[in-house]
Amino acid sequence: MSSVRRILVASVVSVVLMTAFLGFAYPALMAGFASVTFPSQAAGSLIRYHGQVVGSALAAQGFSSPAAFHERPSATSPAYNAAGTTFSNLGPTNPALATLVKQNAAAVLKLERPYNPGLTIHQVPVDAVVPSGSGIDPEISLDYAQLQSHRVAAVRHLPLATVQQLIEETTDGRWLGLFGEPGVNVLELNLALVKLGGK
Amino acid sequence: MGQGVAQILVFVVILIAAAYPFGLYMSRVFADGDAFLTRGRLHFLGGVERGFYRAIGEQTTKEQTWKEYLLHLLGFSFVFVLFLYLILRLQGHLFLNPEHFSGVSDFISFNTAASFVTNTNWQFYAGESTMSYLSQMAGLAVQNFVSAAVGIAAMVALFRGFSRRSSQTVGNFWRDLYRAIVYVLLPLALVSAVILIAAGVPQTFHSYATATTLQGGHQTIARGPVASQIAIKHLGTNGGGFYNSNTAVPFEGPGSFGGYFELFLELLIPFASIFMFGRWIRGMRNALAIFVAIFTLFAIGVGVNFAAEQHGSHVLRTSGVNITHSGLQTGGNMTDKEIRNGIAASALFTTGTSATSTGAVNAGLDAMTPLGGAVPLTNIFLGEIIFGGVGSGMYGLLFIIVLAVFIAGLMVGRTPEYLGKKIEAKEVKIAALGALYPAVVILTLAAVSIVTKSGLASIFNPGAHGFTETLYAYTSQAGNNGSAFAGFGGTSFSSYLGGIDMLFGRFVPLIAALALAGSLGAKKLVPASAGTVRTDGGTFSVVLIGMIILTAGLMLFPALTLGPIVEGLMK
Repeated sequence: MSSVRRILVASVVSVVLMTAFLGFAYPALMAGFASVTFPSQAAGSLIRYHGQVVGSALAAQGFSSPAAFHERPSATSPAYNAAGTTFSNLGPTNPALATLVKQNAAAVLKLERPYNPGLTIHQVPVDAVVPSGSGIDPEISLDYAQLQSHRVAAVRHLPLATVQQLIEETTDGRWLGLFGEPGVNVLELNLALVKLGGK
Repeated sequence: MGQGVAQILVFVVILIAAAYPFGLYMSRVFADGDAFLTRGRLHFLGGVERGFYRAIGEQTTKEQTWKEYLLHLLGFSFVFVLFLYLILRLQGHLFLNPEHFSGVSDFISFNTAASFVTNTNWQFYAGESTMSYLSQMAGLAVQNFVSAAVGIAAMVALFRGFSRRSSQTVGNFWRDLYRAIVYVLLPLALVSAVILIAAGVPQTFHSYATATTLQGGHQTIARGPVASQIAIKHLGTNGGGFYNSNTAVPFEGPGSFGGYFELFLELLIPFASIFMFGRWIRGMRNALAIFVAIFTLFAIGVGVNFAAEQHGSHVLRTSGVNITHSGLQTGGNMTDKEIRNGIAASALFTTGTSATSTGAVNAGLDAMTPLGGAVPLTNIFLGEIIFGGVGSGMYGLLFIIVLAVFIAGLMVGRTPEYLGKKIEAKEVKIAALGALYPAVVILTLAAVSIVTKSGLASIFNPGAHGFTETLYAYTSQAGNNGSAFAGFGGTSFSSYLGGIDMLFGRFVPLIAALALAGSLGAKKLVPASAGTVRTDGGTFSVVLIGMIILTAGLMLFPALTLGPIVEGLMK
């Protein structure tokens, strides 16, 4: 057997074996294992309410009602597309970024000021005005949640303390209290409000 | 800031504590003879290994000269490029395609096949809206194992060049490939996939989920066999995401834990490789000198990116919005960043992913401040040797070491030798080729792209930033990194140019590594004398840093001036 042919045979056999084991057996084994041990995570951390899937704990969904907490801006198309994630890719000197920040800040001020008298742009946290990395960041900063809590409490006719209690309950802390940053899960928070009833 | 620094420091300590023993383990895995694992209770593994050798032909598993080793490596890679290209083109007619995606276009398929076979994982496509489950798991994820294993194989062959005396052979490609997959990558992938699933990464063959949102809208949620792919994506310093926004997507990097765990995986083998080298050559102090040098550069990168991003961009600082760090928010430049990562974890991840050749991102690089974005660019341009990719980082680093020993020897008038091997004209030529080649390819192709209409069509952001996007694209592809200033678009021109960039950026240094292995392996051992330059102390660390800056660094600086530096001065 010539050496070229020997190399080709070894290569083709390897490609077949590796695809069979690493490409099929390994993911199938993991999927089987996951469906038994972590079925919820394996399926996408879906959240059900009254038997219906209302979203995923790991994806923003675009709340716009004044009675709900809103998520961060999204650059996906359409916004909050959980099957088409993307960065905004707006460079720091791109004029479009400056315009976007201005527009988003104005929108936040217009929405929140009636419930936060004297609110100025200096109190609007940065995560409220710039797009997230995935376009479906399920979390907002504690600061942004506090800002919105006044509106949500007023529109829902709930005591502010109740809303803030819910914020605390739906805050994901740092891992081991050290790694990463805390954030409030918006879908879980809004669902908790819905479960509370009223409106 | 203090909180951020604390999490970075603790992470690094844990990483080193894990990488050291793993490096020792790796050095035993590739030792000559039967794998040590097969001697004890796991003796059945020996049977499996022999079964594989029989399947591919016993003749092919004998000791090889560096040229034979290279030929087998190239042949294998070539067959896999073809195979992957066909899967991508034909996915529309194949199974495991629940979202009914059609075949991938010819130019994206070429770019992607080149990308994954070269361990680059540059992505001119959006995973969740382009690739079928079959393409992801049986096409791309398999390459994540294989390309990493090829890198490890070439690295081990070069190690043998240093450790063997008067030897015509450098080991056997198939044995090294098999052991890298079965004893190094696969066990880690199995364990980490389980951990990722528990943390929230999907692993299912069901089609995308649909939800009726609380406000009555309709949402499609992409999922699939994600965890199995993400585990090896990081372990093998591949970096190609299941989702377009990569680790920034909570399904791919869930919670504060996800990103950190994945960063741990991608740094583990590159860190361990240095300790493996130390054990292999019976000179751990030499390895430590190398470690100190590149860890210093790594730490500088983290610090600069962290500080620049926390400081924020000019637009944000003058907009009036609150970017001050407090207990209630991270502040800083949160554009294209995720809440759970904040600034510190994003800075560490960005540096880690570009220093190793992973290229996964948990934050958008295109939206970073000029100085912040210059960090990953510099890391890659320096040759992917600040730890670098699995295998490839270590052999890239050894080129620089050979050059450093040579220059240092000339400066003090001593015979240049490293680990008892005389460094002569031939070795210096090979090392210089391996060390400088990527920079030459990058600058040439970036220049071609920037002066042609077809090249300019890929640019998304205006001004100097657009130049940086282009420079970054060709740097990342030549360095086999795969991260992007992601506004840079995949036209057919840039897909083909980028594919060539990746193939040459991968295989020319790899050929140099094997040639160096052959050349060194054939040499006798020279006993150390008073005339030997010491390579095991802090002095050598400093020399090494100097050499890194002298080679690729000087070639990078003019290009940096046109991109990030101009942009930073512009406001």
